[in-house]
Amino acid sequence: MLYIISIFSGFIGGMGIGGGTILIPILVFFFNFEQQIAQSINLLSFIPLSIVAILVHIKNKSIDLKLSLFIIIPGLIGSLFGSLLAVSLSSTYLKKIFGLFLFIMGLYQIFCKTKEN
Amino acid sequence: MKNNKLILKSSIIGLISGFINGLFGSGGGTIIVPSLTFILGLSQHKAHATALMIILPLSIISSIIYFNSQLIDFPITLKVSLGAMIGAYIGAKTLNKIPNIWLRKIFGVFMIIAAIRMVF
Repeated sequence: MLYIISIFSGFIGGMGIGGGTILIPILVFFFNFEQQIAQSINLLSFIPLSIVAILVHIKNKSIDLKLSLFIIIPGLIGSLFGSLLAVSLSSTYLKKIFGLFLFIMGLYQIFCKTKEN
Repeated sequence: MKNNKLILKSSIIGLISGFINGLFGSGGGTIIVPSLTFILGLSQHKAHATALMIILPLSIISSIIYFNSQLIDFPITLKVSLGAMIGAYIGAKTLNKIPNIWLRKIFGVFMIIAAIRMVF
């Protein structure tokens, strides 16, 4: 069951729709994980996954490396604050804020426009 | 002058997406990809690739903080990683074969249902 969910979320992620936002609620609802644990599962499993994809993209010169650097540096500061906040909140409370975020992301997925369309 | 504007925009995008990605353990890409295409003018394909490059170090930093608070389940993470890798490979191969717009809308509906259950 867990493998099926993982393959599914990876599939969605690989298509560029955001596998994590699907995986985390599934882990919380059907496997009763604490919100933070579900989030760390997604964060950690992204690492090996993205390394493989990044290597392919670097080979194909699809990555804007200079721009990446401009965003990564402030991004690290944001990540530090975001994750420190996440680990200090109670699981029930974080779950509610996550729900709010998921709601906005859901609306976005329904109404969003991408450049290719 | 043009460079200053680029740095300002990149800094705001970085701070926000980093914060979200750390707080929710996901969602960084959903913010970075449209920011890269609509604010910084990258093509959809380049934006996807560049977003992965950006989220990798952000996820590493966040993982370290979750790890320090003992909020990690390694055996499950390993299983999910393996499954996700297989899924991502298939997903990347089928990327342009299924109409992406409808898939997005369907998932949007699922996300909203899950969201409502999480809040209440």
